[in-house]
Amino acid sequence: MSQIAFDHVSHRFDAETVVDDVSLVLREHRIGIVGANGSGKSTLARMVNGLVLPTAGRVTVDGLDLARHAREVRRRVGFVFTNADNQIVMPTVREDVAFTLRRHKLPATDAAARVDAVLDRFGLTELADRPAHRLSGGQKQLLAIASVLVAEPDIVVADEPTTLLDARNARRIAEHFASLEQQLIVVSHHLELLEGFDRVIVMEAGRVVADDAPRPALDAYRALIA
Amino acid sequence: MIGVFHPGTSLVHRAPALLKLGLLTLIVTVVAMAPSPIVLGAASVLVIVLVAVARIPLRLAWSQVVPILWVLAVAVPVQVLFGGWEAAAVMAVRLVLAVALAAVYTLTTPVTATLDAMQALLRPFRRWVDADRVGLALALTIRCVPLLADLVREVLEARRARGAEGSLTALAVPVIVRALRTADHLGEALTARGFDD
Repeated sequence: MSQIAFDHVSHRFDAETVVDDVSLVLREHRIGIVGANGSGKSTLARMVNGLVLPTAGRVTVDGLDLARHAREVRRRVGFVFTNADNQIVMPTVREDVAFTLRRHKLPATDAAARVDAVLDRFGLTELADRPAHRLSGGQKQLLAIASVLVAEPDIVVADEPTTLLDARNARRIAEHFASLEQQLIVVSHHLELLEGFDRVIVMEAGRVVADDAPRPALDAYRALIA
Repeated sequence: MIGVFHPGTSLVHRAPALLKLGLLTLIVTVVAMAPSPIVLGAASVLVIVLVAVARIPLRLAWSQVVPILWVLAVAVPVQVLFGGWEAAAVMAVRLVLAVALAAVYTLTTPVTATLDAMQALLRPFRRWVDADRVGLALALTIRCVPLLADLVREVLEARRARGAEGSLTALAVPVIVRALRTADHLGEALTARGFDD
């Protein structure tokens, strides 16, 4: 697994401190991040992909500093957003998955094979030529994940990927996450999604207030929000 | 083009996008410049043949042409008034043919093929124009049409739910704010997918 290191990381937005002096080293396979709205968990997750850069401290992925090597790190870190609608760029399902590979300059046959494989894995083959914006919410989120995984990243970061989904679709996403070989970092309010994870980090007011195995960490979080 | 690609393996589907774009431009130009009954008739037959060869369901083909009929419902009477029946009929047929030919293109050509064609076209100008960027801008333009349509629909529903049907402010403000926020999110998603230069 990759090593993601936060070294005394802070992020300020105007006068507000969103992430406050966080130091963490993430090596586990599946890591969950929980916290109330505004606790800084999404900002922390975005830092792994370089979508947000720290205003103080350093974030590194396998020794690569995000401040200097963001593009290189992004090739290795896929990011799944809460609202899949914001992630879909191309009109049809197949084209949107293939779009990710445009920057990889693969031979057309290799790219097509990768796209077909990932569509098959996520049960999207039948929908491949359908307009992406007409899919259901669950299908759109599967498409968003497929579009990330087609690039074969080492790390997948998902920011509240099940928030907009019903229980059945949230379960489907959880099953797909459970089968991922990649290192996975999931920000979620759906605590059951994180139960089988290796480590859960609890955030409150920009700081890490609990960092443990899922059961004690989630208990700490439940106590915090009670 | 907004996700109306009709998959198939016909000759029309398999023809290179660049060739199809070239022919589309040529035929539409001929129809516009030489609107004789013979040219218009030949172009009409061509559209019918292409739809048949590409095995495009008639309903789908018809749905592509319907929007222009609304425009014609306004434009034809104006043209009759100022140019007479003959000019109005020629204008209507030309417009319908242009839309129908464009529809045949979009129904048989994936957007990625169009982007590739655009990039091929722009390759000689790569010193001055970033073909990837132009292709991406085109893809985003196409993508944003249904996105904005959904956004307006949701805001209209919310406006109705709050009993503010007549208020332009209750439509414009949330649409603009949400459109800008959506643009931000889309930009962030593109960055996350490696399109960050």
